[in-house]
Amino acid sequence: MARATSIQRRWMITIAAWSVGLLIFFPIFWTILTSFKTEAEAIASPPSLFAFEWTLENYGEVQERSNYFRHFMNSVVISLGSTLLGLIIAVPAAWAMAFSPTPRTKDVLMWMLSTKMLPPVGVLIPIYLMFRDTGLLDTRTGLVIVLTLINLPIIVWMLYTYFKEIPGEILEASRMDGATLRDEIIHVLTPMAVPGIASTLLLNVILSWNEAFWTLNLTAAKAAPLTAFIASYSSPEGLFYAKLSAASTMAIAPILIMGWFSQKQLVRGLTFGAVK
Amino acid sequence: MKLLVRILVGACALVLTVSPAFAETLTIATVNNGDMIRMQKLADDFIAKNPGIELEWVTLEENALRQKVTTDIATKGGQYDVMTIGTYEVPIWAKQGWLVPLDDLGENYDVDDLLPAIRGGLSIDGTLYASPFYGESSMVMYRTDLMEKAGLTMPDAPTWEFIADAARKMTDKGNEIYGICLRGKAGWGENMAFLTATSNSFGARWFDENWTPQFDQPEWKDTLDFYVNLMNDAGPPGASSNGFNENLALFQTGKCGMWIDATVAASFVTDPADSTVADKVGFALAPDNGLGKRGNWLWAWSLAIPAGTEKADAAKAFVVWATSKTYLDLVASEEGWASVPPGTRTSLYENPAYLEAAPFAAMTLQSINSADPTQPTVKPVPYVGVQFVAIPEFQGIATATGQQFAAALAGNMTVDQALQNAQQITVREMTKAGYIK
Repeated sequence: MARATSIQRRWMITIAAWSVGLLIFFPIFWTILTSFKTEAEAIASPPSLFAFEWTLENYGEVQERSNYFRHFMNSVVISLGSTLLGLIIAVPAAWAMAFSPTPRTKDVLMWMLSTKMLPPVGVLIPIYLMFRDTGLLDTRTGLVIVLTLINLPIIVWMLYTYFKEIPGEILEASRMDGATLRDEIIHVLTPMAVPGIASTLLLNVILSWNEAFWTLNLTAAKAAPLTAFIASYSSPEGLFYAKLSAASTMAIAPILIMGWFSQKQLVRGLTFGAVK
Repeated sequence: MKLLVRILVGACALVLTVSPAFAETLTIATVNNGDMIRMQKLADDFIAKNPGIELEWVTLEENALRQKVTTDIATKGGQYDVMTIGTYEVPIWAKQGWLVPLDDLGENYDVDDLLPAIRGGLSIDGTLYASPFYGESSMVMYRTDLMEKAGLTMPDAPTWEFIADAARKMTDKGNEIYGICLRGKAGWGENMAFLTATSNSFGARWFDENWTPQFDQPEWKDTLDFYVNLMNDAGPPGASSNGFNENLALFQTGKCGMWIDATVAASFVTDPADSTVADKVGFALAPDNGLGKRGNWLWAWSLAIPAGTEKADAAKAFVVWATSKTYLDLVASEEGWASVPPGTRTSLYENPAYLEAAPFAAMTLQSINSADPTQPTVKPVPYVGVQFVAIPEFQGIATATGQQFAAALAGNMTVDQALQNAQQITVREMTKAGYIK
């Protein structure tokens, strides 16, 4: 009886999980499907699921009109650059907070998180002026700096959570053996925290890849990443849903593939410390 | 600390890009409407005629572009040398001294050939501050077959009474055919563009001569009552979330009897590749109420040069190229006369080849000519603009009032309540901004 209930429960959980998963994936699936339709079929009502004439013309047109590769490279450099720079700053910070906490550590952590609560548009003009005066407008360097600063609280928080799980005694032992502070962080702490660092890295690459406010507002032609590429296809006066879908598919494909291959690390990282 | 600085500098150096500039490069910010995309495709012609000038394009959807170029010009960021802006921005920015006056575009440019209504909307005290790339108004697009079925004939210049009657007669909700599709989505450029233009023909106005908001006046109540009742009787379901694109999709799939919207839509609904009703569409002027003003708007996407650019001469050369008569000829020779950007030059509407290729040309010209941005309303007003009020505060106020009117359309509040809220919002904001003492 107990076994029957447990099997039934498992089935229910499986069905529920699949339903939620499909529901979340549906918009992406629909975007990909629409990208293979003609503009007329894209707005047809009722919409056809698979019974339409598949076409690649939208991809051809998008390719012809914009320089996908330049936007793609900008996205890669900006998201990887900001994540790496963020990790370089956040690892020592999280180490200090996890292993040498002071009475104010919690407050500092909360304060860092509170910076995420400000709507970005509130600081657009000051940041724009600073960028103008330092010549950082429309440069990848400028975006790397801004995205690093924006994601830093999350990186520090995630790393802090992982580091908290590592027994402080191991670090103490390495210190007893004569390890310097640098050795301790690079040779003892980092290898143990690799899964945590990896999932932080992945999540931040995704966040930076998708960031659309700063990347749109601080760039013009040279440093514009894939977010600007998509925005150049959405139009309030004209139905270009199929082309927009093709552009979106091209923009999300790299990150989707990366997420697919690294889902184990991502899930592990996101649920780390959830169950003790 | 030293180490941290080194790491930071190192990381930055990794991602620095070096792009030496040999030629003068113009950065052009533009919206992604079809005519601008075509301009980008044809720009090789400009480069061939102007050696030493290279072009970089920033093509974005309207709202994203507006935010970007406004931030840039207000902070004198200097990222762009040519900007595509509309009739709303030009008078405001020109008054601020943010735009280079375009009073010396050369003899060949023939500034007197520009349509007077369009030129007026882009000039301050007679000086042109932006050169029109394409102009548009709004008009009635209707299904000739459904009109015939209803036993009616659409006049060239219909009244609102006729439109309301026809819409109700054409409606067949069982077969998903709705007599009229109008904008309902909240936003200053969405439902408020339509409603502001419509209110002009009902004798309403946003402000009196002393900048006192007028939503408490009977003309506005007439406008909104008419709109909400008509849409409830003959409009599609969920109309409060319909903008230009949603209505275009409804019309193209045969679900609307009439649609009053931008003249640029004419080329979409008559294109057999995208529209199932391409051969059954007729056009008429936007309706009126016999008060001397029609419910059509006026807009011109125009090229302007921000003051402070170091490349003003090259930028002017580009503006002249893109908005000249020669450009119209270039488009015609490459893509045919129907693809020529409409609504800017008188000579285009005297060209028989164009009139033949574009069946909507005559109606577009009449619609544009019947809009007067300097005297948009029946009663006198202190502002310029047909479907907008050319003051910086308008975007915010009209979006907030647009939400009230969308709520009235959705049935979440009464027309009276919506108007009362709109009046309150507008009085508050105008007082804050110093217009009302």
